[in-house]
Amino acid sequence: MSVLLIAEHNNKELKPFTLNACTAASQIDNDVHAVIIGHNCDEASKALSELPLIKKVIQVEATHYENFVAENFAPVIVKLAENYSHIISSANTFGKNLMPRIAAALDTSQISDIIKVIAPDTFLRPIYAGNAFATVKSKDAKKCVTIRPTSFDPSESSGGSAPIEKADPGEEFAKTKFIKREEVKSDRPELGTARVVVSGGRGMQSGDNFKLITSLADKLNAAIGASRAAVDAGYISNDHQVGQTGKVVVPDLYIAVGISGAIQHLAGMKESKVIVAINKDGEAPIFSVADYGLEADLFEAVPQFLEELNKLNTIQK
Amino acid sequence: MKILVAVKRVIDYNVQIRVKEDNTGVVTDNVKMSTNPPDDNAIEEAVKIKEAGKATEVVAVSIGEEKAQETVRKALAVGADRGILVKTDGVIEPLAVSKLLQKIVEKEKPDLVFMGKQAIDDDCNQTGQMLSALLNWPQATFASKIEIKDGKLEVTREIDEGLETIEINVPAIVTCDLRLNEPRYASLPNIMKAKKKPIEQLNASDLGVDITPRIEQVKVEEPPKRKAGIKVSSVAELVQKLKNEAKVI
Repeated sequence: MSVLLIAEHNNKELKPFTLNACTAASQIDNDVHAVIIGHNCDEASKALSELPLIKKVIQVEATHYENFVAENFAPVIVKLAENYSHIISSANTFGKNLMPRIAAALDTSQISDIIKVIAPDTFLRPIYAGNAFATVKSKDAKKCVTIRPTSFDPSESSGGSAPIEKADPGEEFAKTKFIKREEVKSDRPELGTARVVVSGGRGMQSGDNFKLITSLADKLNAAIGASRAAVDAGYISNDHQVGQTGKVVVPDLYIAVGISGAIQHLAGMKESKVIVAINKDGEAPIFSVADYGLEADLFEAVPQFLEELNKLNTIQK
Repeated sequence: MKILVAVKRVIDYNVQIRVKEDNTGVVTDNVKMSTNPPDDNAIEEAVKIKEAGKATEVVAVSIGEEKAQETVRKALAVGADRGILVKTDGVIEPLAVSKLLQKIVEKEKPDLVFMGKQAIDDDCNQTGQMLSALLNWPQATFASKIEIKDGKLEVTREIDEGLETIEINVPAIVTCDLRLNEPRYASLPNIMKAKKKPIEQLNASDLGVDITPRIEQVKVEEPPKRKAGIKVSSVAELVQKLKNEAKVI
């Protein structure tokens, strides 16, 4: 049986995590089909058909699919599900909102947020905010699985030419109405996908001092993160929060400045490839996960860091 | 308006999780247990709505072992009017929980059901959406703001791209984000008063729902440890290491 991947998109473009979910889907079975539900989404649909791992695209369009309301999406996928053994999506807010609705309708016990495909029915997933890893085996005939995008490499995005089939839309769920979406616009890389993340914690002492983090992030073309303590103290808005209750990030370089390293923060960043910690408390738990720890006053260390980076640039020039 | 709030008893979020030596799960004996943190936000919001005169009754429900009664009792201490405990033994998956909650909803006929967006033990993030699907009700997940307007709710949701606002008809399910509000602490007089509030006890087996697990937990392991790092003595050394050793700048 084949795998059905739920594409995430904005009607024009595919969202990047669709590629990571595609990789996970292909590890379950070679026969990956993708469903794209939207409104005037031909461009995104074409982009989806160019993913070499995808054998067929099913496009479902109606005005009521424009804003990705789960109550509208779920019945479409439930109807398609009879032809598939697995339904796959990313475990981001899109997939988390949608997949359980599908699973319940199919009477399937969903497996959330997997980080590895062990066998088509067996998966590895973190529990307790990544403090334990569980190997779980589904006994359901149909499997609904969400994947942690940062645990799977993105698939190739060009070279394929899967056929695009159109399917009939379902009815509108009239009891839920989309009103608006306020996207945080920024010239910076997005926190979830940035190669470098610079984060500040309570040690920053004020919102104003976050300028130091901003300058360092500017220099490294990094996204800006924060600990929950910094967000709760009002130093920075909560869309920057890294951790169990914020975003999980896996950059090549994570720089934690003035962050002690509470369990809930570590859960959101400890899979980063290289971790740097700058903290004046040498006993701070953040040092236990840091590849490079600098025990220093951040108000001296960060300006020095900028200076050193400037020197490097001068040398490179 | 009547609000049903589902609360789960979990290992306290400040406890360092330890995996059992036989890899069958994590250690829960003699470990501090608490209410799942975003469930506290769910109770707080329901109580605030009642205090604002927009709800008449707040009912807290928990599904779990006998001791989950403490979790219900805590909800009563911060303002819920009465409690329900659905007793079960062993592992219970979100699908089964949502089926049991469906039975409670059919009996209690609430206008709103609130719960946390996710439990911090299994990290599934499923129950609210599943219950919503089973009841064919609207869902507002990851709520960070709730406004009640003429029998409808306007809910702001925390999504990856920023914020989304939706309007849903009542009856509805709302799953709560930690940013929704600041849960209050129970005062001593209220803790005493809560002891007199009724908690109805039911057995899951009496509700006519198949709650047999569908997922076999093969094993639970410690996550791979990060290799111990080093301490550098200066910023200059740090930058050199990042450039020449880690090659990330």
